[in-house]
Amino acid sequence: MPILTTEDTAERLARLQQIIEDLLKEAKRQGASAAEASVGGSAGLEVAVRLGEVETVEHTRDNGLGVTLYFGHRKGSASTSDLSPAAVRDAVSAARAIAQHTQDDPCAHLAPPELMATEIPDLDLCHPWAIEVEQAIELAIACEDAARAHDPRIVNSEGASLSTHLGIHVAGNSHGFLGGYPTTRHSLNCAVIGQDGELMQRDYWWTTARAAADLDSARSVGERAAERTVARLGARRLGTREAPVLFRAEVATGLLRSLVSAINGASLYRCSSFLLDHLGQRIFPEFVRIHEQPHLLRGLSSAPYDGDGVATRAKDLVRDGVLQTYVLDTYSGCRLGMPTTGNAGGVRNLTIEMGEIDRAALLREMGTGLMVTELMGHGVNPVTGDYSRGASGFWVENGEIQYPVEEITIAGNLKQMFAGLVAVGNDCDFPGSTRTGSWLIDRMTIAGE
Amino acid sequence: MIDPIAIARDSILAPAGLDESALDRLLGHLTSAAVDAADIYFQYSRLQSWVLEDGILKDGNFSIEQGAGLRAVSGEKTGFAYSDELQLPALIEAATAARAIARGGQDGRVRIGQRPVAQRLYEPLNPIDSLPDADKVALLQRVDAEARRADPRVREVIASLVAVQDTVLVLADDGTLAADVRPLVRLNVSVIAEQDGRREQGSSGGGARADLGYFLVEDRALAFAREAVRLALVNLDAVDAPAGTMTVVLGAGWPGVLLHEAVGHGLEGDFNRKGSSAFAGRLGQRVAAKGVTVVDDGTLPGRRGSLNLDDEGTPTQNTVLIEDGILRGYMQDKLNARLTGTTPTGNGRRESYAHLPMPRMTNTYMLAGERDPEEIIASVDKGLYAVNFGGGQVDITSGKFVFSASEAYLIEKGRITRPVKGATLIGNGPDVLTRVSLIGNDLKLDEGVGTCGKEGQSVPVGVGQPTLRIDGLTVGGTSA
Repeated sequence: MPILTTEDTAERLARLQQIIEDLLKEAKRQGASAAEASVGGSAGLEVAVRLGEVETVEHTRDNGLGVTLYFGHRKGSASTSDLSPAAVRDAVSAARAIAQHTQDDPCAHLAPPELMATEIPDLDLCHPWAIEVEQAIELAIACEDAARAHDPRIVNSEGASLSTHLGIHVAGNSHGFLGGYPTTRHSLNCAVIGQDGELMQRDYWWTTARAAADLDSARSVGERAAERTVARLGARRLGTREAPVLFRAEVATGLLRSLVSAINGASLYRCSSFLLDHLGQRIFPEFVRIHEQPHLLRGLSSAPYDGDGVATRAKDLVRDGVLQTYVLDTYSGCRLGMPTTGNAGGVRNLTIEMGEIDRAALLREMGTGLMVTELMGHGVNPVTGDYSRGASGFWVENGEIQYPVEEITIAGNLKQMFAGLVAVGNDCDFPGSTRTGSWLIDRMTIAGE
Repeated sequence: MIDPIAIARDSILAPAGLDESALDRLLGHLTSAAVDAADIYFQYSRLQSWVLEDGILKDGNFSIEQGAGLRAVSGEKTGFAYSDELQLPALIEAATAARAIARGGQDGRVRIGQRPVAQRLYEPLNPIDSLPDADKVALLQRVDAEARRADPRVREVIASLVAVQDTVLVLADDGTLAADVRPLVRLNVSVIAEQDGRREQGSSGGGARADLGYFLVEDRALAFAREAVRLALVNLDAVDAPAGTMTVVLGAGWPGVLLHEAVGHGLEGDFNRKGSSAFAGRLGQRVAAKGVTVVDDGTLPGRRGSLNLDDEGTPTQNTVLIEDGILRGYMQDKLNARLTGTTPTGNGRRESYAHLPMPRMTNTYMLAGERDPEEIIASVDKGLYAVNFGGGQVDITSGKFVFSASEAYLIEKGRITRPVKGATLIGNGPDVLTRVSLIGNDLKLDEGVGTCGKEGQSVPVGVGQPTLRIDGLTVGGTSA
């Protein structure tokens, strides 16, 4: 398999653009009044090691094409992993066949032509990593070694893995929009097992970036995985009680995701959101600002245009605690009688403004309560905001960590949890496109023994 | 009778110009003296889906995926590459990449042709063609109308129908040549009901390895619509769920997701070979109360979790995991069976050609006991009766698992009283089944909606159980 390089990306980009142009012509030939399509190809290498030995070496290579045809306000879609001209023609025919049975939906149409992205800014998203398999194995082993050497209580390992991917994605529609660009993504993960008496605990850490130079060192990833695992040993349960809860930064991202899903157009027009009709209303305390930065250079979810071809733009979702905008694509916007916000495909690089409070100060502010470091299960009801999830973490008294806890649940309602946000820390210390520090929530129910 | 191998040849190999000699050459190129095992997995998959919302059939999709995954194993090392191009040069390139894991040696020589004993748990049909498209649309419209007819409080209805035909062909250097043509259909209904400004959702559905006529039998599709409405209405009246450790009675059928999370994953062969499961090294030990017998059975005709052959060409079987409370067996794929000196149990599964196989569940369920379910509820002075669940999750190392109730009631003095809001239940896998105190005589399997995720790969599965009383499970409500 070829090592990934930029050398042929220009050529591949041109080839994929040609596929889209041919497809749009074919769609017109088959009678579609409008059409949109996207095509992607990616190649990658993933190596996994365990206990110092190679476990798997995977060479990945994926292609995929999706097309939607419109016949007035009826639409049909098709997709294929085969990019040959015959398969692409077949996909167009399949989409047309589907559209013969769908019904008129006044909102089934492309975004207005004037919203199409006309300039495609270079967001610095493509940094191929010319790493050989042997080198990748060495790095993964170094990462796992650092974890295993860190503490004698680390007795076993789920291993470490390194992956690198180069992808090219091209999208176009019958308004004449045609965009495409290459991206890369590299990551290194490590998960180890600690033992204390009969009982085992497992935890992990990771680093991920667009450019290899931006990755954390293999050693620091391994050591962090080991520290997290060892810290969980000797976990106890808690009695059922109410208490303040601190969501450590890496799990606070889940609360931001719940916010985004509640203000997403599809949830709103289906009346399946606890934040229905909350635009312009205060949903957080006044100090909260949450904003989206789709053009962040090297950002892990940066994109110059959205899934409808609409130019993306930076914006505040929440300012002074007040909900400023919903998150809409063309279809859901139409259903709600609003213009698209350029969010087909989701929000890109979300950040909650972080204050001056570090984690130690946040723990002191909490006094006595629960610091959650891992959540389990899917117990969030999007319609009502009712929240009930399995948790593990640490019991805190007088601002000091006392002991690890597990096999408990935390429960509340997201609307009240958002309103009850006491403070956000400046302790954002994990990789990812969502940037937040820890969240201190005034009160939740903890169920345990 | 239609031979799955003939179907696989026609739909996968012939269009790419691959004949017997090409396959022999390819497999020979993948193996060498240093390779312990090698296989090639060809797949051709067609999917059609329809979505109805607001009474409008608003979207449909047709998709085709095809490709081949090539694997070479040396000791505990696996080299893997895949290609969505099926022409020989692309496959040879993938084979070269995959076998680089084991250095040295000449091409191996392999003669393929051993066919495992064929099971016929479902017909090798294409469910997409089993009903005219217009009738699929009409079916969804009837489902929508039934949900709206059922109660005026119904505000929104989303109904979807999915039909898949998955054709796979497995070649392995142990001589395996096996094929399976796998139909899979699914229908889902989700509703939002509103009363006095309060909104709640309910969803229901089902599926099978069958044609779409499955949903027309016994009015199944319309029954799903009524069930979704019933669930939404129950939740409109729900009060806050209790918080704390209490006696929990789990209903029959889908609540078997408990078994899937609490013990199922922990008994998969890979975790036990690596010693990362809380159940590792516990064969022969008591892990459940007397009377508890749990099996993983891939051989139930037509079930969503069933397979004629697993994705390594091994026929599926009925594997006893726990017998009368004693841990009896793990679920194995070929790699983990070879490395631990056991035999494959037909549990080697993969999401697609682009993923490596690993030990996965099929249909996991507990056998029936002798108690009348009503007697079980009557035995509880104060507790929770949980009948429907969303998903679950497990940490196989610590053994902690959760599963989230979506329909539950308080039990007070032996009677079911009020519905309570959904809540997550949490427990410890190696311990929870030792607290099973009563087992119902009403074993039921789920309706065919389960999807299991492991290491980023999703596969369809089934679960089931009789009504169970568990003495002491933590309920994550808000009402302390």
